[in-house]
Amino acid sequence: MIYLDNAATTLRKPPEVIQAVVNAMNQMGNSARGTHDEALAASRIIYETRELLSDLFGCPRPDHVIFTSNSTEALNTAIYGMISQGDHVISTDMEHNSVLRPLYRLEREREVSLSFVPADEGGTICYEEFERQITPRTRAIVCTHGSNLTGNLVDLVRVGEIAKKHKLLFIVDASQTAGVFPIDMEKMHIDVLCFTGHKSLFGPQGTGGMCVRPGLDIVPLKVGGSGVRTYEKIHPKELPVGLEAGTLNGHGIAGLGAGVRFIKDTGMEMIRRHEEKLARVFYEEVCQIPGIQVYGDFQADCRAPIVALNLKDYDSSEVSDELAQGYSIATRPGAHCAPRMHQALGTVEQGAVRFSFSWFNTIEEVHTAIRAMKELSQ
Amino acid sequence: MRKKELKYLVTFHTTTGAMAMEKYCKQQQLPGRLIPVPRQISAGCGMAWAAPPESREVIHSMLIEQKMDVDGEYEIWI
Ligand SMILES: Cc1ncc(COP(=O)(O)O)c(C=O)c1O
Repeated sequence: MIYLDNAATTLRKPPEVIQAVVNAMNQMGNSARGTHDEALAASRIIYETRELLSDLFGCPRPDHVIFTSNSTEALNTAIYGMISQGDHVISTDMEHNSVLRPLYRLEREREVSLSFVPADEGGTICYEEFERQITPRTRAIVCTHGSNLTGNLVDLVRVGEIAKKHKLLFIVDASQTAGVFPIDMEKMHIDVLCFTGHKSLFGPQGTGGMCVRPGLDIVPLKVGGSGVRTYEKIHPKELPVGLEAGTLNGHGIAGLGAGVRFIKDTGMEMIRRHEEKLARVFYEEVCQIPGIQVYGDFQADCRAPIVALNLKDYDSSEVSDELAQGYSIATRPGAHCAPRMHQALGTVEQGAVRFSFSWFNTIEEVHTAIRAMKELSQ
Repeated sequence: MRKKELKYLVTFHTTTGAMAMEKYCKQQQLPGRLIPVPRQISAGCGMAWAAPPESREVIHSMLIEQKMDVDGEYEIWI
């Protein structure tokens, strides 16, 4: 089987990740719930993972790395916890439903108004639009670092400058880029960086989190057990516990820590170059096959290792199913939880077949996928 | 691409519904498999059970009997 659905989740994980989860399941008590060796073992591993992530993302403090079950929960926490009645928020057409739906909900529940920086038919946005959309009520820019459909990236330095200049909160969805592209919260003026553990960070599903700039006030989605200040009626505000009510996914977090360590040991640039090469080779070949249309901006220097395409007017579901049944190649068809992006690309009806590459894919696998597309197009 | 065939399709509101369907059909040795939902159909979840049209009757009565979480039933060329 050739797995090319890494933008959904990375299937192949470094062996260290699997070992770390197994070890954790054999050793870990409940973090922050006592000081016997087993509880401390959990606290230590979770703390180490916070350190690794704060270092990876340039988060000023490890205790401002908050763990959630995925980026969806992190985005909901950030958006729900900071946007108030009547605020205006700027986002983009590139977003995933994990950004859009929390925003649409606030539109209904808190009379929040929304503006979207439009994407063109190549899926790219115009940066001047961010400033044009600003009103006196604008509170935040919420935007993705990379489109999960086209692989197009957003220049976070540029958007961050705009957010800083106009004193807006800057909330970033790094689901598709964390671990592959450099992210520096300080340099990019990011207030909240949301990430998921199970994609390019190589962690288990059920891990993810948010890095929070010190000094922000985020109202938690949930309150409850914290292991501290048991007799107070109000959940403690200090981070990370303020946004982490309930027992953490310690076993998963141990795996996520091992994933980040693997990235650091291997070298993020090394990983990125390999993945970019696979995507580039695939793109260069398939874009020449008659009847294939590829979506996204391939002139850009930097892009996530994703190639979304359609074959003639075949249903993307049919093409993806043929790839799976006839060639054992796993891709994702249909709509990719990015409704505005499909509208911009004109693929609402057809969907798109998405090929997404990872460090564990080989160039041979890419050539097999190219051959498969050539055969299917005949 | 392969030739189109006529199929009997069942769609579900949720992925859980599709999983229940697959498990039950396997147990009972009913024909078919899960495929991505074709675009002609707008359905709750991204999966559909595709089976030969001859099996429509027996599967249809099973869906009712087992109270499967069905969104729709179709016969289409895919
Ligand atoms: C850009 C983007 N945002 C958010 C998400 C949601 O990630 P998760 O399902 O891990 O919460 C994804 C992944 O599907 C994504 O690609």
